[in-house]
Amino acid sequence: MDVQAWTFVIVGLTFALYIGIAVWSKARSTGEFYVAGAGVPPLANGMATAADWMSAASFLGMAGMISFLGYDGSVYLMGWTGGYVLLALLLAPYLRKFGKYTVPDFVGDRYESQAARLVAVFCAIFISFTYVSGQMRGVGLVFSRFLEVEIETGVFIGMGLVFFYAVLGGMKGITYTQVAQYCVLIFAYMVPAIFISILMTGNPIPQIGMGGHELGTTVTLLDKLDGLHADLGFASYTHGSKAMIDVFCITAALMVGTAGLPHVIIRFYTVPRVRDARSSAGWALLFIAVLYTAAPAVAVFARTNLLNTVAGKPYAEMPEWFGKWEATKLIAYQDKNGDGLIQYVGDPLTNELTIDNDIMVLANPEIAGLPDWVVGLVAAGGLAAALSTAAGLLLVVSSAVSHDLLKRALATDISERGELIAARISAAVAVVVAGYLGINPPDYVAAVVAFAFGLAASSFFPVILLGIFSKRMNRAGAIAGMLTGIGFTTAYIVRFKFVSPELNTPDNWLWGISPEGIGTVGMGINFLVATIASRLTAPPSEAVQRLIEDIRVPRGAGEAHEVSA
Amino acid sequence: MNDARPYWTHNIRYLTVLLLIWFAVSYGCGILFVEELNRIRLPGSGFKLGFWFAQQGSIWVFVVLIFVYVKLMNRLDRRFGVDESAEPAGRAEQHDRPAAGAGEGETR
Repeated sequence: MDVQAWTFVIVGLTFALYIGIAVWSKARSTGEFYVAGAGVPPLANGMATAADWMSAASFLGMAGMISFLGYDGSVYLMGWTGGYVLLALLLAPYLRKFGKYTVPDFVGDRYESQAARLVAVFCAIFISFTYVSGQMRGVGLVFSRFLEVEIETGVFIGMGLVFFYAVLGGMKGITYTQVAQYCVLIFAYMVPAIFISILMTGNPIPQIGMGGHELGTTVTLLDKLDGLHADLGFASYTHGSKAMIDVFCITAALMVGTAGLPHVIIRFYTVPRVRDARSSAGWALLFIAVLYTAAPAVAVFARTNLLNTVAGKPYAEMPEWFGKWEATKLIAYQDKNGDGLIQYVGDPLTNELTIDNDIMVLANPEIAGLPDWVVGLVAAGGLAAALSTAAGLLLVVSSAVSHDLLKRALATDISERGELIAARISAAVAVVVAGYLGINPPDYVAAVVAFAFGLAASSFFPVILLGIFSKRMNRAGAIAGMLTGIGFTTAYIVRFKFVSPELNTPDNWLWGISPEGIGTVGMGINFLVATIASRLTAPPSEAVQRLIEDIRVPRGAGEAHEVSA
Repeated sequence: MNDARPYWTHNIRYLTVLLLIWFAVSYGCGILFVEELNRIRLPGSGFKLGFWFAQQGSIWVFVVLIFVYVKLMNRLDRRFGVDESAEPAGRAEQHDRPAAGAGEGETR
């Protein structure tokens, strides 16, 4: 069987599995639709959270990005894992005790304010759609390269599948498909990583092989890569070229943003008890860490392999994968000096090769010459990562509309049945919008990802944290903090990414902090303004004080979500 | 509820210590002092220490930190009698019944 046949078989089997799970786990109540009836075991929730969190960007994009950035890529590794420590220690257990369905629920109830609730709804929807368009692009990319269908067809198939299990099964269906998707994606990521690690270093554990010697030599892989980079005029792989303050702020914005992302937070409402919320955060991070520590190893292997295969070699002798990726325009070669060799160097004037970050993971097995079924497996893994994240995000949009907007604000007398129908309809509409964004990806997708994290960092995180840890924090403080935090972050990002992108250089940045890292400053402003405003106004009501007392202790978590039945 | 204050103080103390470690391994070893640590090699491998913390070590420490917190808090919950082990786990079916068994946790 060739690569395409293998891909068809493996992708087909995994899709059949997801559909089977969806049929088995149909949601019957709003509680099941929003939070899977709060009956998910912590280990399963850990896996589901890991799949929910690891998107097409983590699976397909991250190792590629790190292989081009070297040390500077560490911001993503630390940023997208360190947030779980904040979640587990500062947010998840208390939100689980609170026990309602969504993040806007907590914001609205804790601050007794419909305005705060609506701001939270808006942020949740904006963040989710920003993210989802990237997932659908990932689905299209995998389909078009490996199954050689149009991107549109690929997105339609992906939409159909997500529609089926998200609309039918709600959170319950999503959770159990995500468990399956985690297994598929981690297997698909680790198999080629282990293969390549053995081929290059003789060590089957990529995380250790990365620091090992190149097979048959006495040179370590990292030293060799640094040497190759120096020879070709690229920046050193193991040392950074970004300013320290920027690295610091980007890492912080990604960490805090992660902890404030609604589709991640919502997963911790699905476990039975507070202690399960704590431990499932630990499981989630463990499952994520397997991939996140393998990714930098894959990055080193891929980079070394790539330089060995292409740098300075004749164009005519390039292997088959090179031509296939050229056809998708994600690899481009221009023979500037006409010598038929590929000059792949750091200097942009003489460099003749450009490679899109996103293809490194997909191309890696072929570059390393692994068997065809491994390539098919990687395609299935990429789809699992993209679909699981898309489904989680769509559920946030759905619950934000049907629960926060309808049930809690606009049509408070809506019946349980009506709310469930509204949830299904809004999930369906969200799938269609996401599909549209996947087929017609707006140019600004990459630019707005920074926005999603900045927004989560400067809005949700401080408001939730203060809501739990400060009894003095009140409505005025929360709203003033959110508005100034979001306002500042938005203004900064819009200025450098949309209004005058030509000014987007370190010289013009505030204290040398890039738009990617500015959420950290936005968060600081939010904390400061919220604290000052709350001290100048009256403390929150007796009822809220009792609510805070109550969410701080685990006992009685069962009763919180009975209220809304 | 008499136990609430010391319970919370203990919790905050745990949080502070664990978050200090969290900060030290990521921002400290991986960013602020990365160049200094890069002069040292992780024994038996090609890793420069700062680079290793930034791309491997910090992540594994994060995982350990969460599980340590889980252990500490489970013990603290039992000590102050606020743990949930006496309560029925919230299952899917339970959700639809109004307030079934909600108060039982307190009676023990």
